Amino acid sequence: MISVETFQTIQQASSAMTGNTAYLGGGTLLMRTLNYGEQDFEKIIRSTDNNLKTINDAGDRVIIGAGVTMAQVIAESSLAFLAPVARSVGGPAIRNMATVGGNLFAQHPYGDFTVALLAFDGIVKMDNGSEHDLEQFLSSRDNISGIVSSVSISKPNGQDFKYKKVSRVKPKGISVMSIAAWLPVSAGRPSNVRIAFGAMGTTPLRSKSAEKALEGVSIDASGILPALQALAQDFSPPDDAIASGWYRAQVAPVHLRRLLLGEVEA
Amino acid sequence: MSTIEFRKDIFADERDDNLNTIGKPEIRQDILGHVTGRSPYFDDHKFEGLLHLRCVRSIHHHAKIRSINTSAAEKMPGVVRVILPKDVPHNINTLLSLIGFGRDDEALLQDKKVAYLGEAIVAIVAETELQARNACKAVQVDYEVLPHVLDVEEAIKPSAPIVNDQYPNNTFDYHDLYDHQKLRFGDVEKAFSQADHIVEGEYQMSPIEQAPTETCGAIAAPEQNDRYVCYTSTQALFFSLGTTAKLLDMPSSKLHFVGGTVGGGFGGKVDSLHEPLAVLGAHLTGKPVKYTYDRAEEMQVGAPRGAERWRIKDGVMNDGRIIARQFTGFFDSGAYTRLSSYAIVKGTGHLPGPYTIPNVSSNVYCVYTNRTPATAMRGFGITGVDFSIECHMDKVAEAVGMNPIELRLLNAYRDGDMKAHRRIAKNCALIECVQVAAQKAAWLISPQYNAMSSLKDGGGERAQIPPTMIDDVGKIGERKSREIPTEPSSNGSMSTKPPSTIEFKGVSTAMNTVTPDELARPDLAPPTNTSEIAVPRPVPAAQPQAPQRSTTPYQQPVVTPPSQIAPASAPVVPPSAPVPNEPYKPAGDFQRGTKRPGNSPFVSGTRRR
Amino acid sequence: MSKTPIQFTLNGKPTSVFVNGGANLLEVLRRDVGDMTLKYGCGQGTCGTCTVLIDGEPHLGCLTLAETVEGRQIETVNGMADGPELHPLQKLFMENFAAQCGFCTPGMLMAASSLLNRNPNPSREEVVEAISGNICRCTGYEPIIDAILQAASSLRGRAF
Repeated sequence: MISVETFQTIQQASSAMTGNTAYLGGGTLLMRTLNYGEQDFEKIIRSTDNNLKTINDAGDRVIIGAGVTMAQVIAESSLAFLAPVARSVGGPAIRNMATVGGNLFAQHPYGDFTVALLAFDGIVKMDNGSEHDLEQFLSSRDNISGIVSSVSISKPNGQDFKYKKVSRVKPKGISVMSIAAWLPVSAGRPSNVRIAFGAMGTTPLRSKSAEKALEGVSIDASGILPALQALAQDFSPPDDAIASGWYRAQVAPVHLRRLLLGEVEA
Repeated sequence: MSTIEFRKDIFADERDDNLNTIGKPEIRQDILGHVTGRSPYFDDHKFEGLLHLRCVRSIHHHAKIRSINTSAAEKMPGVVRVILPKDVPHNINTLLSLIGFGRDDEALLQDKKVAYLGEAIVAIVAETELQARNACKAVQVDYEVLPHVLDVEEAIKPSAPIVNDQYPNNTFDYHDLYDHQKLRFGDVEKAFSQADHIVEGEYQMSPIEQAPTETCGAIAAPEQNDRYVCYTSTQALFFSLGTTAKLLDMPSSKLHFVGGTVGGGFGGKVDSLHEPLAVLGAHLTGKPVKYTYDRAEEMQVGAPRGAERWRIKDGVMNDGRIIARQFTGFFDSGAYTRLSSYAIVKGTGHLPGPYTIPNVSSNVYCVYTNRTPATAMRGFGITGVDFSIECHMDKVAEAVGMNPIELRLLNAYRDGDMKAHRRIAKNCALIECVQVAAQKAAWLISPQYNAMSSLKDGGGERAQIPPTMIDDVGKIGERKSREIPTEPSSNGSMSTKPPSTIEFKGVSTAMNTVTPDELARPDLAPPTNTSEIAVPRPVPAAQPQAPQRSTTPYQQPVVTPPSQIAPASAPVVPPSAPVPNEPYKPAGDFQRGTKRPGNSPFVSGTRRR
Repeated sequence: MSKTPIQFTLNGKPTSVFVNGGANLLEVLRRDVGDMTLKYGCGQGTCGTCTVLIDGEPHLGCLTLAETVEGRQIETVNGMADGPELHPLQKLFMENFAAQCGFCTPGMLMAASSLLNRNPNPSREEVVEAISGNICRCTGYEPIIDAILQAASSLRGRAF
C-alpha cells in the first residue's frame, strides 16, 4: 500500500523520487489527499534536512528554507513584514505545520503566502541548485521535478508593503481573494510596483496591467483609478464554492482600492 | 456562572416558584464527559478486526443504471465483501412508513435509477478505509444520463422529468386527494376586496446543511445471542432501529442499538441510513463494520434542510389589522420523501404565524427535484415560513406606515383565539416576548402597546370558526392535463356543512387536527347545533382597539436607550415619541456589531464582554 | 503490509506502536493506542477536532503522518486532569456552558491549553486567535471564550 522513506538530505530524497512518489513538506496538503483516497502516489518521501528550516539574510534579499513553517515566519523578527501574511494562513495548528515550500503547491483557492512571495520577486531554488523565477515556477509547477530547497525574496523598506486576505468567514476563512501590494517609493512616487493576487486564477498571479498603471501615480482615489480598472484585463477568476468568478471580478478593484488607500472596512 | 436573565414577573401567577431544578440554571449532566473526552460518541468504541464500509455513489443528478461491474473491485487488496442492491433483503422504504404515512420510495442501494448526485449504488467493505475507497473507484457503473430538474416550480411543470417513480407528478400525494396540502379558513378573496392595502412578497432560501462537527455514522458488530449491536450517531434511535429492521427484514429483537451521544445533529441525524448498511455489513461479513460519512459526503450527500419558496399576499386595513393572508409554498424534498411530507403538514398547522388573522388560505407543495433529499433542521417545517412571515410583516408595516413592532403586537394571537387550523390558541406569549425584546433593543413602542397582554382581548368572537370558502382545485395529476395556478384558488364554494372530522388513516392522532377541507375537531369550542351558530362575517370581528392612525408613515424616533434594568422590574414605559413627518426608514444601513453608547441592554448582572 | 514501529511520549508516558505506512496520527492514537479524546471531523485540517499538542505546540492529528512523531512529546485531553482533579480549563468550561454536543471540546481544550502555557494573560482577541482553527457548531463561541479567559485568571491566581 503506502510506504514511507526518510532521507537525511533533500538531494538524497530527490533521487528517490522515481515512480509514484510524493514529497512530504508540512503534510497539510499531502495528508489531506491521502485521507480522501485522492492520492496519486504509493510512496511518501521525506527528509530530515535541517537546512530546510533556515532563514538567511543575504543583503537586499532574504532566503527562506522550504521547510520553514508559518509559525517560524511569524516568530522571525527579520521577516516581520511577512508576519501578517503567515498569520492569515489557516489556524494556529496549521501554522505550526504548513511550510513555505508546501504553500507553493497549494491549489486554488489556497496559497496565500505564495502571493506575497510573488509580490517580492520570489526565486525558487531546487535541490540541485537550479533557480526559477517564481512566476514561471507557478505556471509549470505540475511538471517540475526535484524538491524545492528554498525561496528567496527582495526585502522591502518600511511601510511600502500592504497585504490583505478577504474571506467570508471571520476571523479566519478561505480566500475570496488575497492581495499583496509592494509599492517601493522613489522620489516620492511608487516605482517598480508589484501587485499580486491569490484566488483569482489557478495560481497566485501578478496584475501587470495594474502595476503599470500605478507607476509614478499619487496614491489617492483618482490616482489609482486606472489601476483598478485595469485589473479586469489580467484575471478571469474561477467559480468555486466560496465565490463565483463574476463576484471575484466585481470586488477585486474594491478590495485593491481599500488596501491601497487604507480604508477601514465596516 | 450564568448570564441568563429570568423574567419571572411575566405570567408570575401561573407558576409556583418553589421548584428545585426547573427554572434554575443547571450544569449539563453530560458536560463532565465532554471536558474529559469521555463522552462516548459512536466511533469511540474499539473493535478488534473492524472493517470499513464505503459506497459507490452516483456522479449524475439523474440517470438510469444500465449495468454495474464490480469484478475488478472484488479482487482488490483488503476487500472483504461487495454489497449489491440485491443483497438488501427489503430494498425499499420511506422513513414515515413507521407511522403509515406515505409510500415506500427510496432504496438503500440503488440499481435502477439514481435521482440525486451522490446516491449510493454499491457498498464495499474492506480492511481499511483507504482500501475501501480504492475499491469503490474500481467499480464501473454504466449510466444513461437523464434530464434533471433542480427547481421546485420547474419540477411541477408537466414537461419536467419524473424524479421519483412513486410520485410521477413530482409532488407528494396528500390524503389521496390533492397534489398539495390545503388550509382554508374564512373567505380570503372577499377580504382582499375589502382591504385597504394588498401587500405581496416572495421569499426563498437555498438548502441549508446542518454541518455538525461530528459526521453521521454507525458501527455494527455481531453480538452474543445472535444479535447485532450498533453504535450510532443518530438523533432518533427508534427511527433507526425500525428502519433497519424493515430494510433488512430482521426482527427488531435482533437489534441492540446504542445511541445517546450525538456530536451535533440539528435535525441532520434523524433519518440517518448508516445503521442499516452497517448492520448488513456485519451480517454479511460476521465482523464489526463501520460506515460513516467523510466531511465531503456530509456536505453533499447528507440531508440538508430543504430549500423553500414562499409567496405571501396580505389584505391589510389602514389601521394595521391584517384581515386576510394567503400562502403559496414550495418545499424542495429532493429526490425522495423522507420527512418533507410531514414538514409541510407541520408547517401548515403553524400558518398564518403567531397572529390572529380571520381569513387564511394556503397551498403548500412537497416537490421532488433531483437535489439531495431533505430532512429536518431546527424548527423543521416552520423556520423557513417564519422567516418569510416576519420579512413580510415588515413590508406590511411599511405599506401602512406603522411601527413594525406595534404591527405585530396588534395582530398577535391572544389566548382563546381560533387558529386557522381550528385549534384554540392557549399559553400565547408572543406579545410579552416582543415587548421585552423591544425594550432590550431600545425600540420605542407606545404605552398602549406596552400594555397589551396575551391574556386580554382574545376569544369571544375571535374564537369562532367562520364559514369557509373551499375548493377542490389541484387534484393529484390534474396539473399534468391543464394549467392550474399554484396559489389557492379564487373559485370555490362557501361550505355550509357542519364541521366534521375525517379519519386520517394510519397517522397518529396528533396529526388528525390538520385535515384537507374545512374541518374541526368536535372536542373544540364551537357548539354542535351548527345551524344556529352566529358566525361572524369573514371581515374581522372584535379586535383590540387600534389607536387613531394618521396617514403619514412611521419613523422610529432617535432616543438614547434606557439604562440597564434589573430583571425583576416591569418594562420601562418610554417617553412619548415626537410626531413623525417622514416615510418610515430604518435608522441606518444594517451593520454588524453596532456600538451603542452606555451599557449594553443585553447584559444583566455579569458582564459578558 | 509491513508496519513501522514508532515511539513517543503520550501525556508523559512512553508509548510505542506499529503503524501502517501513510497512517495519520489521529487514527493511530484512536485505534492503535486507544486515546479516543481527539476526534475526526473533517480529515482536511479545517475543523480542529483532532488538535493535539506536539512538543507543546498545537498540531492537527489528521494531517500528521504518524511516523513524524517519533521521539516527540504528545499531549491530549487525557493528560489535562491531575488524577481526579480537573484542570481549571475543564472546570470553567463546565461552569460556563462552553460545551453542548461536546464534539469540539477536546480540540478547544488543547488549543486553549497551549495558549495559556505560552501566554498566561491573553486578551480576548488573543483567545479568539487561539481557537480560530477550531469550529464549534453549537455554542456560538462566546461561552468558550469566557471560559478560557476565566481559566487564565484562575491559573494566574494559582501561581502565587
